[in-house]
Amino acid sequence: MKPAPFAYVRPASLDDALRLLSADGGDAMPIAGGQSLVPLLALRMSGAERLVDIGRLEALRQVAVTPSTVMIGAGITHAEIEDGRVADPANGLMRRIAGGIAYRAIRNQGTIGGSVALADPAADWPSCLIALGAVARIAGPGGERTMPVEHLIEGVFATALAPGELIVAFDIPRLAPSARVGFAKVARKTGAFAMSLAIVILDGAEARVVLGGAGTRPLVLAHTSAAVLAPNAADAALRDAIVRDLNAVDDLDAYARRLHTATVLRAITEMRAS
Amino acid sequence: MSDHPAQGWIGASVLRKEDARHLLGLGSFIGDIRLPGMKDVAFLRSQVAHGILKSVRKPEQGGERVFTGKDLAWVKVLEAGPELTNFGSSPYPALAEGKVRYAGQTIAACIGANRAHAEDLSELVELDIDPLRAVTDCREAMRPGAPKLFDHWADNAFIRASVNEGDPGALKSAPVRVSRQFRMNRQATVHLEGRGIIAHFDRRNDELIIYLSSQGPHVMRLGLAQALGLPEHKIRVIAPDVGGGFGGKNRLMPEDIAVAAIAMEVPHPVRWLEDRREHFIGSVHARDHFYDLTASADEKGNLIGIEGSVYIDAGAYSLWPTGSFMEASMASRNLTGPYRIRHLAIDTFTVATNKTPMGPYRGVARPGATFAIERMVDEVAREIGVEPIELRRRNIVGAAEMPYRTAGGMVLDTGDYHASLEEAVRLVDFDGVRTRQARGEKDGRAVGVGFAFYTEQSGHGTKEWMKRKSRVVPGYESARVQMLPDGSVLVHVGVQNHGQGHETTLAQIAAQELGLHPDQVSIRYGDTATSPFGFGSFASRSIVFAGGAVATSARVIAEKVKRIGAHLLQTDIASVRLEDGTVTAGVRSVSVAEIAHAANVRQELLPEGMPPLLENVSTYEPTETGGVFSFGTHAVIVAVDPETGVAEIEKYVVTEDCGTMINPMIVEGQVQGGIAQGIGTALFEEIPYSGDGQPLATTFADYMMPCATEIPTVEIAHTVTPAQATEYGVKGMGEGGAIAPPAAVANAIADAFRTLGVRISETPLTPRRVSDAVAEARAKGAPR
Repeated sequence: MKPAPFAYVRPASLDDALRLLSADGGDAMPIAGGQSLVPLLALRMSGAERLVDIGRLEALRQVAVTPSTVMIGAGITHAEIEDGRVADPANGLMRRIAGGIAYRAIRNQGTIGGSVALADPAADWPSCLIALGAVARIAGPGGERTMPVEHLIEGVFATALAPGELIVAFDIPRLAPSARVGFAKVARKTGAFAMSLAIVILDGAEARVVLGGAGTRPLVLAHTSAAVLAPNAADAALRDAIVRDLNAVDDLDAYARRLHTATVLRAITEMRAS
Repeated sequence: MSDHPAQGWIGASVLRKEDARHLLGLGSFIGDIRLPGMKDVAFLRSQVAHGILKSVRKPEQGGERVFTGKDLAWVKVLEAGPELTNFGSSPYPALAEGKVRYAGQTIAACIGANRAHAEDLSELVELDIDPLRAVTDCREAMRPGAPKLFDHWADNAFIRASVNEGDPGALKSAPVRVSRQFRMNRQATVHLEGRGIIAHFDRRNDELIIYLSSQGPHVMRLGLAQALGLPEHKIRVIAPDVGGGFGGKNRLMPEDIAVAAIAMEVPHPVRWLEDRREHFIGSVHARDHFYDLTASADEKGNLIGIEGSVYIDAGAYSLWPTGSFMEASMASRNLTGPYRIRHLAIDTFTVATNKTPMGPYRGVARPGATFAIERMVDEVAREIGVEPIELRRRNIVGAAEMPYRTAGGMVLDTGDYHASLEEAVRLVDFDGVRTRQARGEKDGRAVGVGFAFYTEQSGHGTKEWMKRKSRVVPGYESARVQMLPDGSVLVHVGVQNHGQGHETTLAQIAAQELGLHPDQVSIRYGDTATSPFGFGSFASRSIVFAGGAVATSARVIAEKVKRIGAHLLQTDIASVRLEDGTVTAGVRSVSVAEIAHAANVRQELLPEGMPPLLENVSTYEPTETGGVFSFGTHAVIVAVDPETGVAEIEKYVVTEDCGTMINPMIVEGQVQGGIAQGIGTALFEEIPYSGDGQPLATTFADYMMPCATEIPTVEIAHTVTPAQATEYGVKGMGEGGAIAPPAAVANAIADAFRTLGVRISETPLTPRRVSDAVAEARAKGAPR
């Protein structure tokens, strides 16, 4: 399959990009790494009259470190994170997650902002950034605004981005050096999207457990997060908490429940061993 | 020639001649060929699985570049399948007419300056299809009231057949009766290079030239000539580098016929390159077997009989020449495996469904049959409370019983099957696994060990293919050996190298017979204009047939070389030896190059009355044409997470015997590659269908192909029991690696949960299937 005809423009600045994406209201679409969009174009399942290439915009490739946060530009690639070429606010968790995304050739091209903007419920970055409490900086025709990634992602391939808006960067709170993290991912094979993905973070008095691949978007497991805070919670108590969290999710069959329970437990086990 | 191995070229692990160009990306595949003025074809395919095709409307702009079934009405639709009057006729036009019977069927061919433009044009073609109810399960399709694919058929069976041997009636009272159902789901063949064709009419030679990614260009010419109504001397089929086939490039496909036909109507070359999505919906599909079996045994665990039924879900049409009819017969006849099972009663159903037509794929039917019988043996062993390897020891045919005629009618020719099993037991450290299982795993996973024995019928000729009522009987292969004036050698063969290493192994054989180095021999194939007729590469036949033909033809040349050499040395032929590029008699010698020079360009030096030239065409068929059987044992250790159902292969061991090995390195590559595909069948690859006939795995996002990280390094041990009926004692072995893995992996997973009585019955063993099976067994409670 080959894409239907489209025009291609590569604006020199973020302002130009925003204008091209919204000014005349034409049928335009942003493209960065293109690792999801290009196959969809080739299959003619997606299309636009004009692709606006934002992949090389300097404004989207900024990284800034403060004592409490790391800002990572939306145009930073998975490979750049994997290779440690940008600071990791999560004591190595982001590097590790980046290294497990698809294949290296995809990681060389794909961007963290593109992953969030696509909002595949099984993708790695949405779950990770929600677990870390990241906030997205969004630029659009009406100026710049911010929104927690947890609110930005609304459903399957659905976000709160308005037409013409772009994610510019993520402000990611830094974990304390003493924070403990656990990560588990079950996929059919290396490089495939996750069937289940769990991230557990215990940072001082705060715990957060996020599950990807289970619903229409990554889920913050409230009961499980609370249970994880108890230092010696028994397996049964944790399972019970997970079940309560999963009960709130529609359309999970018996296998999905076993799978997600096992994945979350594995992430908790890893966190405790860390 | 310093690297001439002492034992000769037979058995030498010579590096593959074809590797350099492939490693450097310098091969020439269909996609590398550029012809002046060439245009691309895109096919418009049915999105409806079953429906009445009421109209195909061409766009006003560019309509002259759109071809429909009506435009190709002059093309003859070939009868395909076995030559049996009770086999359902399923006329399969290159472009659909009247009805569409699967999602993906070709309806129109659209031509553009490149593929993207051709696809743009195809989007403008309007189809009017009245959908009909679809049937996508082979057993559903045989129930009363199921939608019928062909109105003129009584039901959806292409054919029903039975295999009966012994006295199955006696089995009802057997002390041990175990009934199980097994399913091997549908998959694609997934060669690295997709299919592809370029066709153009060459005015100078007044012939249609077709570049086709094919496993057998001569047979394809046969079919194309019939379909296009052209005499065969006006069609030249060239198969250049072919990037894998595995059976998927051994049928005449609608795209091939359509592109060849269009090339006769347009003044420029036309090309079609299959993309991966088309591969999943339009190339041959494979496997898709269902088994409902009962095994009988006595109290001591002697297997007595197998009864039941086998369903083959063959898809919508039979592909020329032979369709998928051999699946049912091979599956049922192989159900006795390597065992002394004397009673066999199997009813088979080859069924049409609204799915992509089935074709051959590495292992043809035997992965399914081996999965069924080897799983069954484990189930019987558990039933009577012995180790599965112990039950195998009791029932596997012994070396002293060879040749052994199975209840399925095949003659297992040579080999020590017990030694193969015992070596695998040792290499996989069976006792170590049992000890480890008693200890348990820290991570909560369950460890299991599984075994599967396979036999691989190979090099079968006239007798076997006549038994199968084959439309084309590949009973021989051919070779033309030409020695050129400088003593170098060209060998033309009718088999097609699509990864097997023929350029190396056949050169080793020619070098052996001609006293030359393999570097002095070039193997040529894949061009009907230059090679003698041959059937191509499939059914693990090339080394037996083409190897034999090269040896036979090379010996004729060697004899003449020696005769000329003796004449030049003024002695008789009995006094000369041909080796290391010279003919010698005592201390005197003459080089093969001098002899070849004489034979080709200085005929006055030849013996009186001897015709010039060193060129010979020979054919070859083994002395036993029912086939020779390679065999072996696969043993696997898996670690399985009972909750997620994810199975990891920890160790994979093979003990195999394929008779004499021409090139052991290539044999091991074939074993490793076959196992990679077998693991795909076992754990990953599947094309499910929705109830209304939509294929649900049409890209690599949904179709799980095992990659390097999923494939273990396989430990391979060889024994060598030469065949009696072939040159050098070789047996074919290209398919064996792919036959046993589904059975071995499934047995290992079942073994991991053996105390639970988990039912492992369907491939691929996805995490979901494994986890569900464990949960089901837990819910029932441990049976023992």
